[in-house]
Amino acid sequence: MFDDKKMREIEECRKRWEDGPLAKTINRFPEMKEEFKTLSGTPVDRTYTPEHIADMDYARDLGFPGEFPFTRGAQPTMYRGRLWTMRQYAGFGSAEESNQRYKYLLEQGQTGLSVAFDLPTQIGYDSDEPISAGEVGKVGVAIDSVRDVATLFDDIPLDKVSTSMTINAPAAILLAMYIAVGEQGGHGPGALSGTIQNDILKEYVARGTYIFPPEPSMRLITDIFAYCSEKMPSFNTISISGYHMREAGCTAAQEVGFTLANAIAYVDAAVQAGLEVDAFAPRLSFFFAAQSDLLEEVAKFRAARRLWARIMRERYGASDKSARLRFHTQTAGCTLTAQQPDNNIVRVTLQALAAVLGGTQSLHTNSRDEALALPTEDSVRIALRTQQIIAHESGVAETVDPLAGSFYVERMTDQVEEAAREYIRAVDERGGAPAAIEDGYIQRQIQESAYDHQKAVESNERVVVGVNRHRTEEKPDWEILRVDPAIEQRQREKLEKLRATRDNARVETTLEDLSKASAGEDNLMPVILEAVRAEATLGEITGAMRSVFGEYTAPIVL
Amino acid sequence: MRTAERDKMVEDIRAARPAGLARAISLIEDEAEGAGGLLEALHPHTGGAHVVGITGPPGSGKSTLTDRIVKHLRARGSTVGVIAVDPTSPFSGGALLGDRTRMADLATDKGVFIRSMGTRGSLGGLSRAVYGTIKVLEATEKDYVIVETVGVGQSEVDIARVADTVVVVFVPGLGDDVQAIKAGITEIGDLLVVNKADLPGASRIESTLESTLNLAPPRVEPAPKILTTSAERDEGVVDLIDMIVEHLALAKTTGLLACRRRMRAKAEITAILTRDIAKRTEISLSEPGADWYERLQDGRTTPGALAATIWRKLVIEEYEGVEDENSREASPGDRRGEHRRSHEDLL
Amino acid sequence: MSEGRIRVLIAKPGLDGHDRGAKVLARAMRDAGFEVIYSGLRQTPEQIVSAAVQEDVDVIGLSILSGAHNHLFPRILELLEEADAEDILVIAGGVIPEEDIAGLEDLGVSRVFTPGTSTSDAIDFIRERIGA
Ligand SMILES: Nc1nc2c(ncn2[C@@H]2O[C@H](COP(=O)(O)OP(=O)(O)OP(=O)(O)O)[C@@H](O)[C@H]2O)c(=O)[nH]1
Ligand SMILES: [Mg+2]
Repeated sequence: MFDDKKMREIEECRKRWEDGPLAKTINRFPEMKEEFKTLSGTPVDRTYTPEHIADMDYARDLGFPGEFPFTRGAQPTMYRGRLWTMRQYAGFGSAEESNQRYKYLLEQGQTGLSVAFDLPTQIGYDSDEPISAGEVGKVGVAIDSVRDVATLFDDIPLDKVSTSMTINAPAAILLAMYIAVGEQGGHGPGALSGTIQNDILKEYVARGTYIFPPEPSMRLITDIFAYCSEKMPSFNTISISGYHMREAGCTAAQEVGFTLANAIAYVDAAVQAGLEVDAFAPRLSFFFAAQSDLLEEVAKFRAARRLWARIMRERYGASDKSARLRFHTQTAGCTLTAQQPDNNIVRVTLQALAAVLGGTQSLHTNSRDEALALPTEDSVRIALRTQQIIAHESGVAETVDPLAGSFYVERMTDQVEEAAREYIRAVDERGGAPAAIEDGYIQRQIQESAYDHQKAVESNERVVVGVNRHRTEEKPDWEILRVDPAIEQRQREKLEKLRATRDNARVETTLEDLSKASAGEDNLMPVILEAVRAEATLGEITGAMRSVFGEYTAPIVL
Repeated sequence: MRTAERDKMVEDIRAARPAGLARAISLIEDEAEGAGGLLEALHPHTGGAHVVGITGPPGSGKSTLTDRIVKHLRARGSTVGVIAVDPTSPFSGGALLGDRTRMADLATDKGVFIRSMGTRGSLGGLSRAVYGTIKVLEATEKDYVIVETVGVGQSEVDIARVADTVVVVFVPGLGDDVQAIKAGITEIGDLLVVNKADLPGASRIESTLESTLNLAPPRVEPAPKILTTSAERDEGVVDLIDMIVEHLALAKTTGLLACRRRMRAKAEITAILTRDIAKRTEISLSEPGADWYERLQDGRTTPGALAATIWRKLVIEEYEGVEDENSREASPGDRRGEHRRSHEDLL
Repeated sequence: MSEGRIRVLIAKPGLDGHDRGAKVLARAMRDAGFEVIYSGLRQTPEQIVSAAVQEDVDVIGLSILSGAHNHLFPRILELLEEADAEDILVIAGGVIPEEDIAGLEDLGVSRVFTPGTSTSDAIDFIRERIGA
């Protein structure tokens, strides 16, 4: 970027400064720490200069927004064309209650929906199964059949709003239910837009809502890729997630490395199943965390885009469209403290800012009270307002990739990319992400980082305001949202009614078909869709597949 | 421990009451006061289980395999005890014991008792804890006791090798297959299992094992058998169990079993003595004001003479009250007949 | 049982899969010299209590983030009593609202640790109670 002569000048300047003013200051006022580090533990220099990015080649490494390698953004105009989608993850209790909350959020100016499901739904159990007791409607909405999904989106125009669903192991079933409800409202699958998370590998690693073993799980995912590439051109078939691994404690570089390693596994699986890369890869989407180290996070997002673009080109010869990484961001839940919950608003602001400066396509901002319980409506509104203030008042959305050219941010971008590449290499050496998960490599790396972080906090090496510094003693009398325990009973009744009023013979046939198809090789989406249309329950459909696929037990990595 | 307390504990164990049984194991593991007496009291009720050792490299699937084996044994109506040993951290003395996670749904089966154990690290302590726990489980009349140890440390391998039947687990792709085989672990196995046969490379390690065996010097015991399993998919596990059962049957007729049990008893006695001698030595030599070193320096005594003194003290003080063999022979009224019967069943 | 090492069962009841806290705590306890048995995910109250009894643990640490504590904890405590093991110290952590804590403590949970608690607080608490 700089010619040799200029570089020598800069070097001379630096040396003069180091020997002169700097040395004098440090002599009199030593720095507070011997070593300064980012949140992820990368050493940080006192100041950054062109020397740090001497090898940078603008066209090769940065380019222009919307162009390979997409370092500066996924899209040429970014927020000047359209703001990011403000998408608050929400859902609790029954479909009725969640429907109310969605409408409220849309009225408040939210631009996309994001559905949270309760744990029984995520693990493929109906609300009336014994294992579901106590969990129904707790961390998200309870869905047992297509009827619940119809209620969930009642009065919401599915052709206009994009819906993101945090569903993984039973993603195919929920997608089928969404399609069926779209049809009921007169919208074909092609008219629907949104995202299903559908990322099973990170469930094995960090989130824990898996059902089936890896092989059939990967098959379900590639079946979805194939089905959607034909029928749902504007649906994101997967949201390959680093978020949960980051929440589980990994570093920024590990987040990028392991997420892209998982992504590689999905692409490989789909290619092996006979799909053309450029037929499905443009619909892959990503999901990252925004942590509190603002500049490191911005660098992380930029590095992720560049690295993915390079991987897609190097490994698969993919088109630029396939190489373009688009991502959703959520602010880091693990930074929220139960102590002095209002401080969380500030944390979320910093994190959201990082996401926007990093060029996110959509954003969820956490609510201040989430370390205590489900967020109240007030807290959710503040969280949404945080995004709106950044969008309209901060000025950061006026230009694309405003931090480009910062010596520090560019250097950090290089470093994250390099370190992430190392992790991908380590995963490759173990035979790819599924094998590296099976032998516990990825989990171990994450746990090491989590443990290091915990020790740093407990030794006060890392300051968490309100927790290990600036504590106050008073306990806030906090109003929290409670899920009505009667929901379990109501879901039970709905299920009873469903079983009494549907065509049970048809349910049986479609479930038998599904078992048969599961044992075979054909795409499962159409068969699942038939079972959904026949009003088979989520538990029944999962059960039919469980009987063929078996269940996964996770390797416990300690 | 008072006699009444001990009797209650024996009764709890005999009735396989989980809480009492578990506390008895802790007592033995902690080498707490009364542990020795309890074991003495249990001895007549032991010897009735088929003890199966499972060892192999970390992560080879020992616990998963154990889980599957136990389920099949349960389906055949047998009861099973499991002792799962994991390494203790040499730095903190703590341990993370994770084997149970692979056997989670066995937790609520009344015919199964699972106990996790850290290696803890004192001289022979692991062996004593494991032998003691085997006895406790035998006293609950478990048909099988499975001992899972990681095939790394010598003491873990030693434990596995004194089982009636020793299963050594191998897996494809754990790096240098040949090294592990060369390390001599094949020699202790009666059954060599190549697990994770669903993964590539299983047949390669199988043939490596075969050629290793062909090259091995002839041994008195029957040559180990090789078989493949996929614990994950529950494939080959029934065959493995059949071979375990067969091995015992054969061992009975050939006298191998008697030989193994003799080894186990020997190891147990040695372990007790090692502990007691070490303890006594430590106490004698670190007594405040002990002047043995000065005397040694002056030439008034020799290391050999010092050792002899300690030895005598040990015999007199440590075993005071413990009946030795001669007094035992003479004492009527113990339940050794019962013990013999169960033992004969096996032999 | 002062002669033995402190034994702890770290268990995850309910269906949530977030085990960062449970695992960090398990490791910290190991490093503090405890013997820690980790249950794995999705454990039923029956499995937890049975494991705790068989392992003769001094402490059960329950980690839950799903919000199902008011349903699952009472069952666990009830089963402990049935198993003649109510002397086991039960502690809990996770997303548990302040206003539920008193109720859980009345049931027999000795201490509820909320997010942000340091592992050494939990360890000190156990040491103090078990006295080793
Ligand atoms: N593919 C495959 N994986 C298996 C098989 N058996 C076990 N595993 C996996 O291997 C990993 C380790 O299994 P464990 O049963 O915990 O192995 P272990 O030998 O008991 O491990 P340690 O006690 O830690 O030494 C787990 O992820 C199991 O799911 C198998 O037959 N095939
Ligand atoms: Mg194991």
